Amino acid sequence: MTAAGRTEATRLEGALGRVRRAGRALPRPTSALRSLDFPLRAPTVPGGVEPLPEEPRLGAAYDTAWARTPLARLGRLALLEGAVRPLVKVVADPERRGYDRLAGLDGPAIFAANHLSHLDAGLLLTSLPEPWRHRAFAGAAADYFFDGRAKATLAALALNAIPIERTKVTRRSAALAAELIEDGWSMVIFPEGGRGSDGWGQPFRAGAAFLSVRTGVPVVPVHLEGTGRILPKGTSKLVPGRTRVTFGAPLRPGPDEDMRDLSARIEAAVTALADEVAGDWWTARQRAHAGQSPPLSGPDAGAWRRAWALGDRRSHRGPARPPWPLRR
Amino acid sequence: MPRPGLVLEVDRSTPPILFHHGESFRLEKLPAGRSRIVYPAEPLPALPDVTAAIDQALDQPLDSEPLAALLRPGMKLVIAFDDVSLPLPKMRRPDIRQRVIEAVLDRAAAAGVDDVRIIAALALHRRMTEPELRHAVGDRVYDAFAPDGRLYNHDAEDPDDLAFLGTTAHGEEVEINKAAAESDLLVYVNINIVSMDGGHKSTATGLASYRSIRHHHNPATMERSRSFMDRHSSELHHANWRMGQVIRDAGVKIFQIETTLNTDTFGATGPLSVLQKREWEWTTKDRLAFMGMKAGLDRLPAATRRRIFQGHEAPYGVTSVTAGAVEPVHERTLEHCFAQHLVPVEGQTDVLTMGLPYICPYNVHSIMNPILVMCLGLGYFFNMYRGRPLVREGGVLIMSHPTPWEFHPVHHPSYIDFFEEVLADTTDPKVIAERYETRYAEDEWYRHLYRTSHAYHGVHPFYMWYWGAHALAHLGSVIIVGGDVRAVRRMGFRPASTLQDALEMATDTVGPEPTVTHLHNPPIVMADVT
Repeated sequence: MTAAGRTEATRLEGALGRVRRAGRALPRPTSALRSLDFPLRAPTVPGGVEPLPEEPRLGAAYDTAWARTPLARLGRLALLEGAVRPLVKVVADPERRGYDRLAGLDGPAIFAANHLSHLDAGLLLTSLPEPWRHRAFAGAAADYFFDGRAKATLAALALNAIPIERTKVTRRSAALAAELIEDGWSMVIFPEGGRGSDGWGQPFRAGAAFLSVRTGVPVVPVHLEGTGRILPKGTSKLVPGRTRVTFGAPLRPGPDEDMRDLSARIEAAVTALADEVAGDWWTARQRAHAGQSPPLSGPDAGAWRRAWALGDRRSHRGPARPPWPLRR
Repeated sequence: MPRPGLVLEVDRSTPPILFHHGESFRLEKLPAGRSRIVYPAEPLPALPDVTAAIDQALDQPLDSEPLAALLRPGMKLVIAFDDVSLPLPKMRRPDIRQRVIEAVLDRAAAAGVDDVRIIAALALHRRMTEPELRHAVGDRVYDAFAPDGRLYNHDAEDPDDLAFLGTTAHGEEVEINKAAAESDLLVYVNINIVSMDGGHKSTATGLASYRSIRHHHNPATMERSRSFMDRHSSELHHANWRMGQVIRDAGVKIFQIETTLNTDTFGATGPLSVLQKREWEWTTKDRLAFMGMKAGLDRLPAATRRRIFQGHEAPYGVTSVTAGAVEPVHERTLEHCFAQHLVPVEGQTDVLTMGLPYICPYNVHSIMNPILVMCLGLGYFFNMYRGRPLVREGGVLIMSHPTPWEFHPVHHPSYIDFFEEVLADTTDPKVIAERYETRYAEDEWYRHLYRTSHAYHGVHPFYMWYWGAHALAHLGSVIIVGGDVRAVRRMGFRPASTLQDALEMATDTVGPEPTVTHLHNPPIVMADVT
């Protein structure tokens, strides 16, 4: 092909290839580190010596106490108010309702919400009214948010997150959460245990109810709507949209109520809030009392019918952009 | 523990006393040795758990089955609630009406009731606006019921929505809202901010028509209501109780829910909190806040001052929620009202002084015109007594208010004509009633404005004037300090520039060295005069 025959695209591809080759010729940081000797690098273990067992420092074992020191709290205040709140405002434009239902609520509470997106924690934490907003911690999946040091540090600092085991039952997470609640901290928790993969919710686990029964602290049901359109599971692309945060009336464990019953009440309350947001409060109350609130987990049907029933609630469509060759 | 009310004998060490003066204040020195001040009690403790109190009231009512037992599928349920005239100032959200109505609706939903109407029981008051309705019943109830017309303002001039139920033994016709009259259950949600409210008056007046209300809103009834804050000595209430019997005999089943609030009107923090303290307890911070607030207010235009004050929401605490049959519920409610408001006072006085604040029941989000100044002073404040009036017969009432010659053209159109035409002719309530009332009450334009705009009924300024009929007949003279001179004279009162001038002028009527009593209101105080 003659030079004159080359298109703009092939010239660009050639230039990119040269840049890649030049990059490969440069020394890599990891190989440079590997070339260092002890004591500049970690010692090797002599043969025949049993190395000491490594104490786990990540996952459920991650120690988040530092995130509740005055300095970290100050940093979190700056981060939440200076970065997370503006970001939430731009990306999620939340409409917040139901604060009046919290009138008379005193002391710590467990805020239990449905979960559709990574955005939920930031949205909920910035939606909490005073005095709970700056004395709250979040329960976060130990296997996801605390599997690496950087991620764990960021989760602990920004969300005051504590690791919650969701793959096995341990006392450590629950004991820490209960200890913090008894110390006056409020908790933000997503009882589904993770984000739904198809845009619908999942059955609630009993974590929030367990903590409520154990500590006697009320559970505030919260419904988050719209985050599933902005940042659904399985994507890292943010599509700005509008969200609604609806707080429900606090639920207190009855004298003889066990955690399963309370958990069912929490799920029913969030379900009724979802119905209220989709329609109106009166119809939602009528359906709730008749046991006919549309379930958060969607219809019991095949995948396409479940997707169909979601309507535009799953739509993760950004503004239309022409593909590259057509873009100016 | 809150301190009870206090009667302070004024001596030379008593500091200047706060007088409310519309959207501003005055500090006045009262004559030592012959003056006393009636201070309100401190706010009673609020209920620790209002939700639980509402639940208990609805589930264990007085002389009635629990509300849930009265609800069934297929029934017609009407919920009526007190309008924008209560409470004053408006309550910080959530309003107690919202909390009660939501609890009632929740039980109705559980019982499968579909036919529900929610009505603002405003009698001949102006229709509530959307923001006012939202404030009273909350967004959830408003959004569920207003869009399809199931939440609306009572219309006392709608011939298709009124039902005539009969006549009392005294010949009083009883005509109330048709939806309420034909319902299977009428739930009335009230706020008893003073002892005048509630009882049979809720339905017999709140949901009635002019045809019905005129039988007790007239000079003769008001003169025989001594006072209308004491229902057992009030002809106004006797008439309403007779009408309540007719309503009951007509088969209207009423489930009454009455609530009381404490007097936490200006809160414990913020610049207005100083208004709730006794003057000798003002701290340096309080005094600085007061001086700054007064200096700022005095430099602001009247409309801005009005907007600032009308925006204030009181942090009231709820002190009781009582439900069930009308009469036992109201007696219980009155106990709570009197526990908060009554202050024992010995003997009457020659001169009664009062500072009138920026608000009365009929100028919420509006202008306190001269007729409303008269109504607040000679109607409400004068009647804040049980036993005998605070001031002796033939005594002098001195009130402080700017009394601007200014009217809200949307809210008070008939007030303008009443002031220009009626009061220019006579200020005698009986003559006014005979000569002018029917024409204003039946005026088609006023009727149209009442029904379709946000105007008070054409007859409403007459009622405001009648509200002061007892005081007008009782007093020797009325003096307004700092008021618009022309407006004050138009109402037949005497203007004074300062309180000292007014006290001097009062000696013309009651003689030299008169005894003076100052009613330190608001927060609300009621004198139990022996």
